[in-house]
Amino acid sequence: MAEFEPVLTARWGDPEAVTIDGYLRTGGYQGLRKALRMAPEEVIEEVKSSGLRGRGGAGFPTGTKWSFIPQDTGKPVYVVANFDESEPGTFNNRELVERDPHQLIEGIVICAYAVRAHTAFVYTRGEFVWPGTVLERAVAEAYDRGFLGKDILGSGFDLELVVHRGAGAYICGEETALLESLEGYRGQPRLRPPFPAVEGLYRSPTVINNVETLSCVPHILDRGAAWFASIGTKTSTGPKIFSISGKVNRPGNYEAPMGTTARELIEEYAGGVREGRRVKAWTPGGSSTPFLTADHLDTPMDFDSITAAGSLLGTGAMIVLDETDCVVDATLRFTQFYAHESCGKCTPCREGTWWAARVLRRVEHGLGRMEDLDLAFDIADNMLFKSFCALADGAASPIQSSLRFFRDEYEEHVRLGRCPLRAEEHPLLEAVSDRTGGATGRLAQVLPEGREVELGEVLR
Amino acid sequence: MTDVAPLRPPAKAVADRRLPRWQTGQVGGEAHLEAVDVPGPVLSEESRRLAERIMARYPTRRSALVPLLYLVQAEVGWVPRQGMREVAELLGITTAEVEAVATFYTMLKLRPCGKYVISVCTNPSCALLGGRQLFERARELLGEEAEGGVTADGLFTLEEEECLAACDKAPVLAVNYLYFDRVTEERLEEIVESIRAGRVPEAARGGVPGELREVSRTLAGLGTLRDASTALPEEGARG
Ligand SMILES: Cc1cc2nc3c(=O)[nH]c(=O)nc-3n(C[C@H](O)[C@H](O)[C@H](O)COP(=O)(O)O)c2cc1C
Ligand code: SF4
Ligand code: FES
Repeated sequence: MAEFEPVLTARWGDPEAVTIDGYLRTGGYQGLRKALRMAPEEVIEEVKSSGLRGRGGAGFPTGTKWSFIPQDTGKPVYVVANFDESEPGTFNNRELVERDPHQLIEGIVICAYAVRAHTAFVYTRGEFVWPGTVLERAVAEAYDRGFLGKDILGSGFDLELVVHRGAGAYICGEETALLESLEGYRGQPRLRPPFPAVEGLYRSPTVINNVETLSCVPHILDRGAAWFASIGTKTSTGPKIFSISGKVNRPGNYEAPMGTTARELIEEYAGGVREGRRVKAWTPGGSSTPFLTADHLDTPMDFDSITAAGSLLGTGAMIVLDETDCVVDATLRFTQFYAHESCGKCTPCREGTWWAARVLRRVEHGLGRMEDLDLAFDIADNMLFKSFCALADGAASPIQSSLRFFRDEYEEHVRLGRCPLRAEEHPLLEAVSDRTGGATGRLAQVLPEGREVELGEVLR
Repeated sequence: MTDVAPLRPPAKAVADRRLPRWQTGQVGGEAHLEAVDVPGPVLSEESRRLAERIMARYPTRRSALVPLLYLVQAEVGWVPRQGMREVAELLGITTAEVEAVATFYTMLKLRPCGKYVISVCTNPSCALLGGRQLFERARELLGEEAEGGVTADGLFTLEEEECLAACDKAPVLAVNYLYFDRVTEERLEEIVESIRAGRVPEAARGGVPGELREVSRTLAGLGTLRDASTALPEEGARG
């Protein structure tokens, strides 16, 4: 913790850093100056040898992605920065732009130069009214000072940058749905292949990268690939911003080398669990990554170690539940999220998320049957790797992992006929369980006709 | 069988308030038309000029579809069918095509909407720290009609929101998408009262939220928020 010098968040303490003058004063646009003196292919090589892997969730090597862009199609090349950040628990892109927007712009210009693109977009989450405004102001400054527009810094390289605002749809973070949305259609994923590198925006070669990924790029060019690769682990290089939230004392974004253990991040960076409680469950990379438990806290937070532990590094968003929190309830809420955000294009996801939410809801509220646990697992199984895009795989993650690690807790819900941890019961259930001393199983006996149906409606 | 009259009506807290994305909007069908339409034209001459500017930013005009619907929302306060027709005309596509897109996105309001959209996040990171109670309090304060509709005074629409990407500031509430951090029930009451009294409170970042029409203009890509400097208050980097 002591010897690591923040890279991506180095300017966060400096309120001036959002302005171009503040950015330039602290070494800004030096990476771009270096890049413009290199051949585009050399820039790609540099990013490749830095080992940088995408921070948007999948961890694909960034330099390799750029090298897939064909230059002989006769079509324009596009660069799109994915600033749709909506994965539950993830909030580092927002703060990166709010506090250091030029770092992102510089990364985009370098990327565009490397792949020979002359138009770039930042697809900004609709709800990011303010971060989008910070970015628009920074873009205007960058145009004024010649870091965007025609003949950037006298290099002969031109780049137009457009900030596009989304309109509230998690699925538009998925790269092909994002492209559909940016073209003015419903944000529903496309079949891959062809991959965006070959047929992306307007069926032209397109690079899509996450905001944190692109924010790493200026530093790689400025300080060298070898320096970047010296941070972190062999296969997960560089610094990473971990978004830590839930039941910790100091929730926030914390930058640390890849491979820092979850324990260190939660206990030292985020100040430990509230009220001296213990970690019960946590996600390593947002709601789409399988839950891990207190037994996994010594796992290093890098792509390979977390995969080996049975989860995914995802976006590095750690949502922490303590022993007083109900895992079934958290799983239910995540599942409702996926049911709401499913784009409806394919059956396993559209139907699966909807039904899984219903089954989990009745378990959480004390009307579940033991068979429901296998049923929920099975529904998740019918989504996993059988759907059109990875949203459904993400939806299966909390369901299957919680059933794997916390089956006892599910069974207790069924046995007791209520949530063992919930302070407030659903009003109808409360009245029911008053009459039955806790068991809500035999509804027909305690509810008058009509009421039964009403409750059935609620808990269907 | 004894009567169980003291039971309260089913709290929708447990039922799904949030329609799946593939069911949102619900525009279409003659019965709905009256509720979702207004006489035209809704886009002023000035807006049409701005529309040309927006379309010119993109390699294809169609890419400007959502920004143009935001422009309609900036004029009307929501997106009536007539707005979709005018956008369709500008883009040279059918109204049905515009509608197919408009119904997909939750920030395009397809029915009359409050001047201030209150969004309360109830995703787990916020729920763990009281997000749901905050939402329930907001329902009590604003009344049933605020959800999916608008309060009688025309001021509020209430939405249960998914993760707003500010989980470190849980529980989070937004007024026209400007965020308020670590909101308590008392703070919520204050915010609602102040808006009713015509004094909209300042958000944690981004200044004082404007009306939805004003914010929709920003979302269309037409300029910035009022009285908000770019400098960030609050704690800096950690690492
Ligand atoms: C449902 C879904 C939502 C996604 N949302 C985002 C997002 O908000 N931001 C993001 O950068 N990547 C998101 N991704 C990943 C993108 O598809 C893509 O892999 C990523 O933007 C590539 O950037 P990277 O290589 O820099 O990681 C999402 C993926 C899925 C399946
Ligand atoms: S998996 Fe879900 S979100 Fe993805 S295409 Fe299918 S329905 Fe849409
Ligand atoms: S869970 Fe509420 S902002 Fe993320």
